[in-house]
Amino acid sequence: MGMAQAKKDLTETRLADLKRPDGAVWANEARAAAEARLRLAGLPTRRDEYWKFTDPATLTAADAGQAAIFDAGDEVPLYDGIDRLKLVFVDGVFDADASDDLTLEGVEIELLPEALTKDIHWAKGLYGVLEERGQTPVLRPLAAMNTAYATAGVVIRATAKVTKPISLTYLHEAETSDAILHNLIRVEEGAEVTVLENGPAAARFNKCMEVEIADGGSFHHVRAQGRDHERRAMTHMFSRLGARSTFKSFTLTANGVLTRNENIIEITGDDAVAHVAGAALGDGANGAFHHDDTVFITHDAERCESRQVFKKVLRNGAEGVFQGKILVKQGAQKTDGYQLSQALLLDEDSSFQAKPELEIYADDVICSHGSTTGAIDEEGLFYLRSRGVPEDAATDLLVLAFLAEAIEEIEDDRLREDILLRLHQWLERRRG
Amino acid sequence: MLEIKNLHVSLEEEDKVILKGVDLTVETGKVHAIMGPNGSGKSTLSYVLSGRDGYEVTEGSAMLEGADILDMDPEERAAAGLFLAFQYPVEIPGVGNMTFLRTAVNAQRKARGEEEMSAAEFLKVIRAKAKALKIDADMLKRPVNVGFSGGEKKRNEILQMAMLEPKMCILDETDSGLDVDAMKLVAEGVNALRDAGRGFLVITHYQRLLDHIKPDFVHIMADGQIVRTGGPELALEVEQNGYADILAEVA
Repeated sequence: MGMAQAKKDLTETRLADLKRPDGAVWANEARAAAEARLRLAGLPTRRDEYWKFTDPATLTAADAGQAAIFDAGDEVPLYDGIDRLKLVFVDGVFDADASDDLTLEGVEIELLPEALTKDIHWAKGLYGVLEERGQTPVLRPLAAMNTAYATAGVVIRATAKVTKPISLTYLHEAETSDAILHNLIRVEEGAEVTVLENGPAAARFNKCMEVEIADGGSFHHVRAQGRDHERRAMTHMFSRLGARSTFKSFTLTANGVLTRNENIIEITGDDAVAHVAGAALGDGANGAFHHDDTVFITHDAERCESRQVFKKVLRNGAEGVFQGKILVKQGAQKTDGYQLSQALLLDEDSSFQAKPELEIYADDVICSHGSTTGAIDEEGLFYLRSRGVPEDAATDLLVLAFLAEAIEEIEDDRLREDILLRLHQWLERRRG
Repeated sequence: MLEIKNLHVSLEEEDKVILKGVDLTVETGKVHAIMGPNGSGKSTLSYVLSGRDGYEVTEGSAMLEGADILDMDPEERAAAGLFLAFQYPVEIPGVGNMTFLRTAVNAQRKARGEEEMSAAEFLKVIRAKAKALKIDADMLKRPVNVGFSGGEKKRNEILQMAMLEPKMCILDETDSGLDVDAMKLVAEGVNALRDAGRGFLVITHYQRLLDHIKPDFVHIMADGQIVRTGGPELALEVEQNGYADILAEVA
């Protein structure tokens, strides 16, 4: 059987039990177009160059597989002390009882299925639009599948500086849940919004977020994926930035058998800033841990800045992947692009694969990238131990120190402290 | 306090013997200085006592208040009261000086079964001690030793010593890289810690540090052994004549 046929079969099998939701004409068209994109590309396999380091089999299989529910114990829920508007999804289904009212000054919040049934809606210009643009130059069939089949999500339009963050909590309560969520965010001119995400979401989770930031707008995003050891998650974040706009996204990941986070950012307006960062802490002892950050930033305007800062700490056979590219188009003069991916391997069983890339067609730019893999600093470890800090606590201090550069990308002090607290709790739990 | 008997040490990776039978006893309340030419084994002695990897003790013992420290992990030695001020303090980017010190103080207290120091109490104590060592508040917030000048690093070592209040302090060439003013400041810090319940082992190349930290005993180390022991006058003799005469005498 040829490769093309194998992919076709894989795709048909996966889609057999899925049904495209029904909505307004424009939404149905967007979904149908996305399904056509998916069928044309076929679901990915390990033989696709873009999936060379990460096996997508469990993401594309017909069966979602199981993921045991993790006992969070006395862990303090994330963002608990932060005044926010809270929306809760349980295994991919919106939970109205656990959520706040969708009313907040400076922003319109709707649920995706409702927004997509309205004949006239601004979402028409965004739903599946950035995802489709993001198919070039690499095909992202799992994102297209998401656009075609997403059954839940949230649609946010910020029209002013939103006074408090909007948080999306994804709970996981059924061991075989298979959730597909699609979120849309539009930040209007000069508006500002912070979106928080946390939770393991489902046994298998496919999430897509499309973010459009108009001139002078600001979008801040902090998310934590983790807790359940056995979950598998594939997320795509497609963003388009207008002039003088700001995009900042940080992700903390711990646990999970398989996580692939793709971030596709297109800078189309002058003087815009895009920062994307991640810290991942992987322990392969619970079966497996595979974490993949895949980033593609396109500079298509002048005097823009992009930063990618990704750090991974891996032990007990955990695997890390980073694929990052900065594409500077002709005319994107004075671009300042920076890309850093580093892994700290706590033992010889763990591994890290990195594929950093720069592709530059403008001549007046500053672009740099660096990728390193290293072990714990023995000198530093001895220094800490000589002061009485036990080896495991000293290792944790060095782990925190290693991750610090990525965590510092979170601008808001309270959010940064909250993420650090979560990280401390994870480390303490691991020490027992 | 510290009793070292017939200590023989080799490098683990090379078949090289560094210490060839060191005998030394440091009594409570006393300051012992060790001098000697480069390569005589002074720093090795300090590393072996503090538990650094890479050395193999082939013979002999080292007891701290009756407990065999050579069988302990570095953190256990620290909790037992041993402190080494490093010749080259390690820079640890990303770990705040204050966070590190509080972790260390409380880890030692916990290991000894004592109550941990509260954040407020810790802040009060560290501020007072830092002020005495002319360490400004900014330095406490910065990552451990990162961007510190040579003098700042050594003052930071003494601050750690002051916070941890060890019973036995080993200073490994604390004078290296210090100008006269910084050396005075460091020596004042050490002198402030001198008391009847604490012993010091000061490893140094030069007599000038001993102008400020008056030793009770001076030992000369050569080729992995202590070859001569005397009072403070021995340091002056070395300062005037070098090691040549002493080494010739014992050869």
